[in-house]
Amino acid sequence: MPIQFTLNGAPASLDLPPEMPLLWALRDGMNLTGTKYGCGVAACGACTVHLDGLAVRSCQTLLGDIEGLSVTTIEGLGTPTALHAVQAAWEAAQVAQCGYCQSGQIMQAASLLAQTPTPSDADIDEAMSGNLCRCGTYPRIRAAVHDAARRLQEV
Amino acid sequence: MSRFGKIARRTFLIGSAAIAGGVAFGWYSYAKPHANPLKGGPGAALTPYVLIDADGVTIITPRAEMGQGVHTTLAALVAEELDLPWDQVRVAHGPASPAYFNAGILREGVPFAPTDTGWLAETMRDAMQVPGKFLGFQITGGSSSTLDAYDKMRGAGAVARQALIRAAARRLGVEEADLSTGGGAVIAPDGTRLTYIELAVDAAAVDLPAAPALKPRANWTLLGKSQPRTDMRAKVTGTAQYTGDLRLPGMKYATVKTNPALGADMISFDATAALAMPGVEHVLPVPGGVAVIATNTWTAFQAAEAIIFDWAPAAYPADTAAQLAMTAASFTPDRQDSRNRDDGDVDAFATPGFTAEYAVPYLAHATMEPMTAAAWLQDGKLDIWTGTQLPTQIAPEAANLTGLPPEAIAVHTQQMGGGFGRRAEMDYVRQVVAIASALPGTPILLTWSREEDMTHDAYRPLAMARVKGSVADGKISALDLSVACPSVIGSQLGRLGYSVPGPDSTIVQGAWDQPYAFPNYRVTGYKVPFGVPIGSWRSVGNSQNAFFHESAVDELAHLAGVDPLDFRLSQMAHDPSRRVLQAVAELCDWPNTPAGRARGIAYCLSFSVPVAQVIEVEQTEAGIRMTNAWVAADVGIALDPSIIEAQLQGGMIYGLSAAISGEITFVNGAAEQLNFWDYEPLRLSQCPPIAVRVLESGDTLRGIGEPGTPPAAPALANAIFALTGQRIRTLPLKKSISFA
Repeated sequence: MPIQFTLNGAPASLDLPPEMPLLWALRDGMNLTGTKYGCGVAACGACTVHLDGLAVRSCQTLLGDIEGLSVTTIEGLGTPTALHAVQAAWEAAQVAQCGYCQSGQIMQAASLLAQTPTPSDADIDEAMSGNLCRCGTYPRIRAAVHDAARRLQEV
Repeated sequence: MSRFGKIARRTFLIGSAAIAGGVAFGWYSYAKPHANPLKGGPGAALTPYVLIDADGVTIITPRAEMGQGVHTTLAALVAEELDLPWDQVRVAHGPASPAYFNAGILREGVPFAPTDTGWLAETMRDAMQVPGKFLGFQITGGSSSTLDAYDKMRGAGAVARQALIRAAARRLGVEEADLSTGGGAVIAPDGTRLTYIELAVDAAAVDLPAAPALKPRANWTLLGKSQPRTDMRAKVTGTAQYTGDLRLPGMKYATVKTNPALGADMISFDATAALAMPGVEHVLPVPGGVAVIATNTWTAFQAAEAIIFDWAPAAYPADTAAQLAMTAASFTPDRQDSRNRDDGDVDAFATPGFTAEYAVPYLAHATMEPMTAAAWLQDGKLDIWTGTQLPTQIAPEAANLTGLPPEAIAVHTQQMGGGFGRRAEMDYVRQVVAIASALPGTPILLTWSREEDMTHDAYRPLAMARVKGSVADGKISALDLSVACPSVIGSQLGRLGYSVPGPDSTIVQGAWDQPYAFPNYRVTGYKVPFGVPIGSWRSVGNSQNAFFHESAVDELAHLAGVDPLDFRLSQMAHDPSRRVLQAVAELCDWPNTPAGRARGIAYCLSFSVPVAQVIEVEQTEAGIRMTNAWVAADVGIALDPSIIEAQLQGGMIYGLSAAISGEITFVNGAAEQLNFWDYEPLRLSQCPPIAVRVLESGDTLRGIGEPGTPPAAPALANAIFALTGQRIRTLPLKKSISFA
């Protein structure tokens, strides 16, 4: 039985094993490769997507559990020609180095800002510390989250 | 597909016959005997670095982009001289080719301290460019890319600009001297504009002088200023393509599982259960293990875990205690590798006095992207896609493995989710070639699990140091530092099939070459026998030797009762180094520390870049917390301040991750740490604000990918001592003290 859900605002249907993690269903099943594999055990956050608006680790979200839910990936947050405010803040702060963790960082930050429009440093620590970055972009991530909060207020 | 790949499939505005004949000329003659790899392809290849097609100008940036921003800076070198506006710049890594040899990296290998700019040292460094050129190593590493490219790629831009002007002069019937350039066009006195695209075919056919004049620095409009990175838009939208994002027609997904005893054989395996899993198509042997090929990566991972193996044991001491014992037993005359510094009479002054022993563990690179590679063998041709710091090594490796002629092998270098030295290895390339060769016609994407990646690295070596020293009149009167470490160069190049005789400077780099003026000063390297495979880990030997050396200097400062900053300044014999120490002190208002906090300072000269760092800590109920950090570095000439700041912060954070918690230990020959829950990098909540000051002594250009890492560990250990009185001499620090 194909699994029915909403993907980046459009109806989607996938005929893959229900125990397959959403991460691999997205990447190998639907060729949506913006969501990254980093650890497979929810220790790094590179695979973060939104499930009904909340940040989740797609490596620990089973395809069978998302029936009827709404999934947003980095591709659905904004596009190269229409950036989301978080992406615009990330670009303005020149956050990314290798970039591999940044889809997850951005999805995590967008989820934080949806719930906490003006986060404190402590809020950012709390929300963002599950997302690893080996290049050491943390100082710019912190600045970009604050900037994104300002941008979202202005919209 | 890379930008270059896309170009190859496009229809061109300008006639394809003329473009196919695009010529190499001018500055390029410098790079002979290597053919222009772009020649014969589509587009007008004005030099190996400038390609113009119907859509505009593409700058070839032939160094591996692993996050360090090298594509942006290399493109700016060409664009500056080409007079190409930044918003018209597009970049591509381009093909693997010896034309893109790196002469800069070999300059670091000479047995002279970075501060030695005497005739012999410089002659040796220049001489190293000759083998660099003729061996044709296209390598990214050693913080050498911008140094190597600085003249070459500005020259390539200048030649291309001259060619375009000459072509315009002929077409318009005016003097070249009356033409100017701007906005991606040649402009005539009457305002007529001919775009670079319109002129490309003619420009590729003109004859040019070999040595173009370069802009004086005062006229730079792009260089010296922060540019938006060329890869940023793609990286914030999830559209940046890494190797694992390739999707080829009919592609299958593979993973590997190889002997956890590194380098040892597989005796046998039973894949019955794996082959019964839906979606599993093949289980094939690869060197030291097997590959699983499936319809998706997740199934391949699951199946690999279901295989039962009989592994041969490790050929090296199988646990950490034995590895430490082997290291400790190597401080012997027969294992002495180098004594590059032996000033004064250490034996007369160092004893009796201060003694200490330090140790650091093996470290994994742990790039965010686990190892990945793709390959496709079809009709006698092999295409390989991968992130690599050594693209020109891949075709010979693949030719050896397959028997194909090297010209039948194409290497497509992909951007990387981190490198740090890990992507200079060939293990994952050999595996994907083995799989693709066994399944001709089927494109294969190989993805390592995080666990395979963590347990099959070429690690930063475990190393030890023994120090003797003494102080008198507030200064070091003698320092005798002995380091025992296996040879990274021998291990790494050995895996590539090269034998490297003689001493390995990486064993003592960051120790023997530090420009302190201690009157009695000796640094001796001892080569530990080969054991666990080791490789280049961001800053290589500097990463451990700065910890040994700067911890010892700090201990002696406290022994002398002198402020650690003043102690270093009073014995520093190198002006740029003294200035970075003063700059970091000014930045943090040393020694004025807020109540309840303490600070540590450390310094290292690596890759010719002096870097000083200060870290401030406080004690919390949960443990030590870093509250602030400051960095000052002298890069000679700062080409892109934003990228330099990012590299200094990132290099420091990479060093702090290792200092606090980085450790790979071994049991029964296998690495014990498996994933980020037991090899845990620094997290955002632990990361202090890091203020950066960049100095420019202005004479020579230096790379910045690595020098931010070495001072981090000693700066933090010295801060912890200042706060608690606890001197920690063994990394990682968390084994001795708790962190918040």
